[in-house]
Amino acid sequence: MTERVVIIGNGMAGARLAAELHAHGGDRKVAVLGAEPYRAYNRIMLSTLLAGRVGEPDVELAEAAGHGTDLRTGVPVTGIDRVGRAVRTADGDRIGYDHLVLATGSRAVVPPLPGLGSAELPRRVVPFRTLDDCRRILAVADGARSALVLGGGLLGLEAARGLATRGLATTVVHPTGHLMERQLDPAAGAVLAGTLAGLGVSVQLAVPATGVAADAAGVRLDLADGRSLHADLLVLSCGVRPDTALAAEAGLAVRRGIVVDDRLRTNDRRISAIGDCAEHDGLLTGLVAPAWAQARVLAQVLSGADPLARYRPRPAVTRLKAAGIDLAAMGDATDGGPGEELTFADPARGTYARLRIRDERLTGAILLGDNPTVGTVIQLFDRNQPVPADRRSLLLGRASGAAAAAPAASPALMPDAATVCQCNTVTKGALVNCWRAGARSVDAVLAATRAGTGCGGCRDAVAGIVDWLSHADSVEVTR
Amino acid sequence: MVLREDAGAVTVLPRQFPTNRGGLCQKGWTAAELLDHPERLTTPLLRDPETGELRPATWAAALDRIATGIRAIQREAGRDAVAVFGGGGLTNEKAYALGKFARVALRTRHIDYNGRFCMSSAAAAGLRAFGVDRGLPFPLADLARADTLLLVGANPAETMPPMVRWLNEQRRNGGRLIVVDPRATATARQADLHLQPLPGTDLAVANALLHIALTEGWIDQAYVAERTTGFPVVRRSVAAWWPARAEQLSGVPVADLEATARALGTAGRAIILTARGAEQHAKGVDTVTAYVNLALALGLPGRPGSGYGCLTGQGNGQGGREHGQKADQLPGYRRIDDPAAREHVAGVWGVPADELPGPGVPATELLDSLGTPGGPRALLVFGSNPVVSAPRASHVERRLRGLDLLVVADLLLSETAALADVVLPTAQWAEEDGTMTNLEGRVLRRRALRPPPPGVRTDLAILADLATRLAAAEPAGAARPAATAAARFPTDPATVFAELRRASAGGPADYAGISWSRIDTADGVFWPCPTEDGPDTPRLFTERFATPDGRARFHPVDHRPAAEPVCADYPLHFTTGRVLAQYQSGTQTRRVDALRRAAPDAFVELHPDLAARLGIDDGDPVRVTSRRGDMRAPARLSPTIRPDTVFAPFHWAGPARANSVTNDAVDPISGMPEFKICAVRVEKA
Repeated sequence: MTERVVIIGNGMAGARLAAELHAHGGDRKVAVLGAEPYRAYNRIMLSTLLAGRVGEPDVELAEAAGHGTDLRTGVPVTGIDRVGRAVRTADGDRIGYDHLVLATGSRAVVPPLPGLGSAELPRRVVPFRTLDDCRRILAVADGARSALVLGGGLLGLEAARGLATRGLATTVVHPTGHLMERQLDPAAGAVLAGTLAGLGVSVQLAVPATGVAADAAGVRLDLADGRSLHADLLVLSCGVRPDTALAAEAGLAVRRGIVVDDRLRTNDRRISAIGDCAEHDGLLTGLVAPAWAQARVLAQVLSGADPLARYRPRPAVTRLKAAGIDLAAMGDATDGGPGEELTFADPARGTYARLRIRDERLTGAILLGDNPTVGTVIQLFDRNQPVPADRRSLLLGRASGAAAAAPAASPALMPDAATVCQCNTVTKGALVNCWRAGARSVDAVLAATRAGTGCGGCRDAVAGIVDWLSHADSVEVTR
Repeated sequence: MVLREDAGAVTVLPRQFPTNRGGLCQKGWTAAELLDHPERLTTPLLRDPETGELRPATWAAALDRIATGIRAIQREAGRDAVAVFGGGGLTNEKAYALGKFARVALRTRHIDYNGRFCMSSAAAAGLRAFGVDRGLPFPLADLARADTLLLVGANPAETMPPMVRWLNEQRRNGGRLIVVDPRATATARQADLHLQPLPGTDLAVANALLHIALTEGWIDQAYVAERTTGFPVVRRSVAAWWPARAEQLSGVPVADLEATARALGTAGRAIILTARGAEQHAKGVDTVTAYVNLALALGLPGRPGSGYGCLTGQGNGQGGREHGQKADQLPGYRRIDDPAAREHVAGVWGVPADELPGPGVPATELLDSLGTPGGPRALLVFGSNPVVSAPRASHVERRLRGLDLLVVADLLLSETAALADVVLPTAQWAEEDGTMTNLEGRVLRRRALRPPPPGVRTDLAILADLATRLAAAEPAGAARPAATAAARFPTDPATVFAELRRASAGGPADYAGISWSRIDTADGVFWPCPTEDGPDTPRLFTERFATPDGRARFHPVDHRPAAEPVCADYPLHFTTGRVLAQYQSGTQTRRVDALRRAAPDAFVELHPDLAARLGIDDGDPVRVTSRRGDMRAPARLSPTIRPDTVFAPFHWAGPARANSVTNDAVDPISGMPEFKICAVRVEKA
């Protein structure tokens, strides 16, 4: 009988798994049940959408459809019948499965503040997680002049950056002493705050929020130090929580997330979980790269392409890249343990770098601002490859690396064996001999030696040598 | 180039021509040395069955041996048991005659050529996007006026020096040059911006560039709407390639990706060119397609001064792929499985269309099938040296040794010729008239300066001789008397070209209106050129693309890993390429004194950090080993290569043969082998 795979969730993880299964071929039937009424979209691009740089169609992702894939959007799942091996949907359907995959993602955390207690948030207070959230933010932002963002983590800063791009005076309120404290050290946090200030985003640090009041006119955020901030919009970016409700109700093992093994299986061998909702080896992921790695492994297992495939987590790289901001953070750059440390700081220009090296491998790095090596550092860390012998090149890259050989200051200092014309292998010595043999102009030297007849790039160098020879020889003549 | 002959000595002079503008590299200057080279073959060679050695023989003996062998093999194992392997250096006339010889005289479906290793990925990508494959759909001179020029996997400073004059002029005009290459090549070092990706990640880089163009609003929406189809699917597929993802995969910083996208997306005139670095992969067609998608989304193809193109790798790399050397192709860039094309070409050839064989298989598959059960048992090689130039070359060498009959026509005893049962000495460039088609689709004349030396015949004469012998052996009453065969295979290139014009008429590469005299008066003629008094086509796509609806096609493409990923046993990436003073398999250039002095030996290029970890000093002999074989050459330390990648040039044979190491995994569409990336280990030899 044809195997039926049901995937709950059409987000980054679920849609990816459907596409991977589709690519493997075979005659299994795959049903994807998405609670949101949209095509699969790229959550990473929501901040770009917020900034108004792209429209909603631009954040759509390619999705598997047809050829045995049944995609149903706007269909929330209300329950799992593990004994009957079926899921129930909000529209009353019952869909049987041979294998079920939970890709339910995570939900934005709404902090337990006075004023946010009711089931429905005030119109001017919006979390930043889904396309619907994005639409709500944009609806409020339209005509607004100011915005507050509660939470200075990666997503909060992306939202703040997007709102500032729309021209809103934006303030980030963060309870701890520096921004992105899970990824950055205080010095990097300070440089980042400076960068954001230049982009129209101000930052309030080390001050917890104590309450929210919102009405038709605006929103007020009360702070622990007694101040109150006023704005037209408050975006909540206070972290996410895995969406484990269905799994817990069905009696699956759930800690912070749905517990899975290396094959992404839950404690029911017919049910797997991937992405934000899954907890592997005690860890939640919360990023796209591990979710897609899990989708790939699960597709290999379910399709039979590689039944022994196992998920092996790789250390995460956090990347914040928007106009004016360039931040990469990975591993633990602040452990202070044994090993080497490289640092570079130019706060006036918004540049900061801190790298930790142990046993010739990067164990952590923070790169902020204009760091030409960021691509190399990320690859060395991600692939656990040895670092360059000249550590400076890790910080400065091309600036100290493979520069073309500088031309000699004067032709007199060039060795005779130096090749002047690469295309025709003409040395300085050959040019000098040609001169001595009677050629007295640049054109005559070029014609006789064939220098400059390939790419033509050495003509200036040949002219310089002829000029030098004419002077050097005239000196000899007067002697 | 212009040739002068003075008291028998031939000298080469550069010619002021619109493409090279008087430029010649050392290979051009020294080309005359091959005419009277002491190692020049001037008599056929036959392998002595007793001693196993090649011995001089008469033409009659050599041709009889070939004809007898072919007849016996085809009688026993069928017509497809004989195969033909051509080359991208052959003139249009020879390429055309070779394809016709295979289909009409041998009646085998098995013909392919070394261009499969060169242009096939760009050709397939161009065909599926634009409906036609012409390297540059615009004159080379357009490069000089581009505000932004992106070169992907191209190193013309070493492979095509006169072209660099256009790059220099482009930068003098204030244009920006951006080069994508895993090595900081001589070309990359001249660039305003050099992206140095991990080998095999060019496709992801292109998708990220398109992603950025989308998010920054640089898409030419009107062009996309009016002149293309398929954009929404591509838009969704590149949504998954946000720049940071491509950065982690390729190592190219997001800031550099953004700068590149901006330079292309905001330029008045922008040109994107790919070459072998991007194309010689098992995902070569998709990689080129990714750059074509980018060009289409930015509205470049067909816009004056802008566009997408690919750089040709061999002297007649363009013409050589248009007139029937390809397994699936008939003259005029027609498809051999198209009934109308078969009818037309069969009519020109004077044979029934149903007698033409169907499509054969691409070069790598063909070479791998030689001498195997069901595979060809005889191979005729013209203008190619696969023992050095094919991927997984030691395997190819074994396959060639397993043949019942190997015939090689060449001017020198190449490594492939050294394995042959029969070697035929052929004429070379300055001894033959004909035409070549350059990377611009411009048909050029080649003029004979002097006749071939005594004992040497032209390829056209060899094909005619063989066709006559094969026809004479047909059973009595067959429809192929020898006289007809001789008429079918004229030895005069002008006659062959006249027939080629008729055969190509109405095809995508239409030469019908191109005469030798027109070429002479017009500095070359750009195809398509259907009528003698009508215009030629320097610029394609200005009004429409060569697809049925006139629109260019977007195709969604996604990155996939190299066919052979690195692992603990083979932890380094290996990539191959050319050096300035050598060419292809080196059969010719390794025999020219000046070139040998300039580039005497193979080498293995590696980063000083990698060398230090391996305990290798500059000049130490090193061994590069893959799952398929190894090569040995001195180490050349250079900071211009990534520390996770080693490079070797592919011009040398024997222990220094880079293709002993390369992977024969091929692109599923083009059949292009994965020359540019495989997994190796490196150690001191």
